[in-house]
Amino acid sequence: MLAAIGVDSVDELFGQIPEELRLDRALDLPEGIGEAEVYERLGGLAARNADAEEQVCFVGAGMYDHYVPAIVDAISQRSEFLTPYTPYQPEISQGGLQVMFEFQTAMSELTGLPVSNAGLYEGPSSVASAGYLAMAATGRRRFVVSRGLHPHSRETLETYAVGYGAEVVEVGLHGGETDAAVLAKEVDERTAAVFLQSPNFLGAVERVEQLGAAAKEHGALLVVACDPMTLGVLKPPGEQGADIALGEGQPLGNRLDFGGPSFGFFCATQEQIRRMPGRIAGETEDVDGRRGFVLALQTREQHIRREKATHNICTAQALNALCAMVHLAWLGKEGYRELGELLVRRTAYARERLAAVEGIELLHGAPVAREFAVRLDAPVHAILERCAERGIAAGYPLGREYPEYGDGLLVAITERRTRAQIDDLAEALGAAVAAERAGVTA
Amino acid sequence: MALTETPMQAERARTIYEKSKPGRRAATLPAAEVPEPPLAELIPAELLRSEPPRLPEVAEPEIVRHYNKLSRRNFDLDSGFYPLGSCTMKHNPRLNERVAALPGHARLHPAQDPRRAQGALELMWLLQESLAEICGLPHVSLQPSAGSHGELAGLLLTRAFHADRGEERTKVLAPDTSHGTNPASVSMAGYEVVKVATNERGGVEIDDLRARIAEDPGQVACLMLTNPNTLGLFDENIAEIAALIHEAGGTLYYDGANLNAVMGHSRPGDMGFDIVHVNLHKSFSQPHGGGGPGAGPIAVSERIEPFLPRPQVVRRDNNGHGPFFDLDRDRPKSIGRLRGFQGNFGVFVRSYAYILSLGADGLAEASETAVLNANYLKARLAEGRAGERLPVAFDRHCMHEFVLSGKPMKRELGLATLDLAKRLLDFGFHPPTVYFPLLVDEALMIEPTETETKESLDAFAGAIEQILAEAETDPELARNAPYTTPVRRLDEVRATRRPIVRASCLPGDGC
Repeated sequence: MLAAIGVDSVDELFGQIPEELRLDRALDLPEGIGEAEVYERLGGLAARNADAEEQVCFVGAGMYDHYVPAIVDAISQRSEFLTPYTPYQPEISQGGLQVMFEFQTAMSELTGLPVSNAGLYEGPSSVASAGYLAMAATGRRRFVVSRGLHPHSRETLETYAVGYGAEVVEVGLHGGETDAAVLAKEVDERTAAVFLQSPNFLGAVERVEQLGAAAKEHGALLVVACDPMTLGVLKPPGEQGADIALGEGQPLGNRLDFGGPSFGFFCATQEQIRRMPGRIAGETEDVDGRRGFVLALQTREQHIRREKATHNICTAQALNALCAMVHLAWLGKEGYRELGELLVRRTAYARERLAAVEGIELLHGAPVAREFAVRLDAPVHAILERCAERGIAAGYPLGREYPEYGDGLLVAITERRTRAQIDDLAEALGAAVAAERAGVTA
Repeated sequence: MALTETPMQAERARTIYEKSKPGRRAATLPAAEVPEPPLAELIPAELLRSEPPRLPEVAEPEIVRHYNKLSRRNFDLDSGFYPLGSCTMKHNPRLNERVAALPGHARLHPAQDPRRAQGALELMWLLQESLAEICGLPHVSLQPSAGSHGELAGLLLTRAFHADRGEERTKVLAPDTSHGTNPASVSMAGYEVVKVATNERGGVEIDDLRARIAEDPGQVACLMLTNPNTLGLFDENIAEIAALIHEAGGTLYYDGANLNAVMGHSRPGDMGFDIVHVNLHKSFSQPHGGGGPGAGPIAVSERIEPFLPRPQVVRRDNNGHGPFFDLDRDRPKSIGRLRGFQGNFGVFVRSYAYILSLGADGLAEASETAVLNANYLKARLAEGRAGERLPVAFDRHCMHEFVLSGKPMKRELGLATLDLAKRLLDFGFHPPTVYFPLLVDEALMIEPTETETKESLDAFAGAIEQILAEAETDPELARNAPYTTPVRRLDEVRATRRPIVRASCLPGDGC
């Protein structure tokens, strides 16, 4: 090979790097090791994590311990889905493109909006992307954000807003729900978008249509973050006036993975189609009239439009969106609705069960679907520690992101959480609160 | 070429929605086990859905068959050579999939208390340390989800860095060869892009750079650069470029898309860069997944560190009980969060497994072989017809990739670069990146990576030769290609003019 190139050594090829910029030593990293050793090393690290197999997991806060059906693994590990690049050559990427098209159809059905993209990185950055779209659509630079929006989404939007040159205004909660009076006051002619989440971070199902009226009145876009596992039973954002519905896709077919990779979904009204971020698959025909799929509307995108692109993103989290699509197909029309109903009923049971425990009360009485918040009459972290010792991850402590609910705990339910586990949780929480109040050493 | 339909072509594409039949299903859900009141007793009826979404009704065997069938309509890296320039389509070791799927990784909740996620946080910290060493910069944030996300992070860091010094700068310089994400990220970060010209050796035109800076030095926030650049060439003047930018008070940003060329040989930090993003799905073997997931960690210099995103993985001393790995949120100058939770952890596991497997020597050797393979293929394509019709855009040794120009081919044979690319599909190859970088006419950007054998490089060169030979007698052959793929050339214009982005016929529609 060297002879064909016409050099004596590979080193000669690196000659274009100025001598003083050549690293004159080996990297300070360990020597390479064999496959079995790597497996052992990483297995050792994995063993030092308490996962949802080891603990009964009532933690949600945006990512949930749902059952991922076996066919999701089988299909998503096929190398034909796992190892290709983005479908730039559609003639040899029909499989991936059709999956995107099917996924877009599913997300559009779930959210009740006609246009879906093929996926974004994850939930919170999708929220920030909606801000960019809203600025382009309205020419305005002010975002009014409910405090019920996931704290990570609010923080991410604020990070991006510095670049956008936009202002973020927060509207507080009242009784678990977004304060409608304050929201109506904050939305004005300068507002590009109103951001809501339903169910919100405290689990409350928001009255989106009522809250969104202020946005409509002032010509701002209504952006609604939603949980895709609840849309079998809850009224879809598209039927409540949302211009954009988006969210974290992990509950659909994606594992917890300590936070990623998952995907964000992003759906909008027809009016916004040319302002959408991300990849969009579209149907077309080949030269012989065969049905086929391509990346549509590429003229929005960075590789063509450069600085005038609607977004810089080029990742669709295609594999994660495939997992979601397979999961949805596995659930099917009936199963998807049944799962939503199951979540609502088990959550109602758990909420009632916990509220009956001495030292626990509900943080709010608003309707909930799959997660709810309680107050504990003892330090939350001590309670969580006592539950963890019994093999239960009891929930997500609210204090860090909501100092006003320093005694708050957010409890999430999935179809994996049985009645017996819920009863155990109630018992464990009750015992822990009692022990803390009595000053018993753990 | 005879236009007999292949069996796959003869089978019309049908979505899973069109295969739906009422009453079919796959899932059996757990019994409720709890009281089952009507939903309207739990949630006000006006907040409930009236019609369920029209998802497909299909049994498991048909779901599996449907997606298996679709998978066979994809070309993938495991099936053949994939020399897509700037994408680093190297082999994806299956060990990495196995370790990422361990329950301790895959079923770990991201909000787990750090005391019960020490393995995960230690892995993230070890990956941070490894990337810091490879990049030659002391601090790393793993948070960005992709290369373009890393770019945006870098520009927001630049903004915070200047703001902290009481400055507000408005311009970001980028060469005309830069990836499209660069200018798009610049706009999202609220900056204006200023293009810098390329010299006859394929590097930054220093005089033009000086001129652009001189226009208003106080406004230069940053220069974004890829080195080696998108032509696959190392910019020998990088030290001078860095000095010019730093003198003007700007930051220097390294687009790490091409890091695979220099691992263990040269480090962006030593070249003077302040901020680097690393594409874990390129140099560090995360599978591309047909368009994600990936990850785009950033490495930064001391002066940028205070502004890194929150939370940051840190190692603390546990009162003499060994190290404790934690999430540090107490970062008052931080630009804030870029996404939910801690980043694409599953990608971190795979990339760390890759770094452990290769080690210091292995990484350096990977880059050597990538550069050797690229130069060998470049030499092979300088022979015969390819050498005449597809000259290399900049005739010097390349790093891990190189760019050919199809200009003579188009002029002499009437074959556009796109035609060549489509004809390659019939030969079982993924085509190179086409029409990029923009400054080369009819560009073909070729990156073979280190995991290809000499035989596959030879076979690819042979296919190019054959396509050019057949075009001499029958140029229509390539102009109408491909013939053997599941569908033939598709109408992409129509998909943009009149976009159909969801299935029109859904279960229950009666069509």
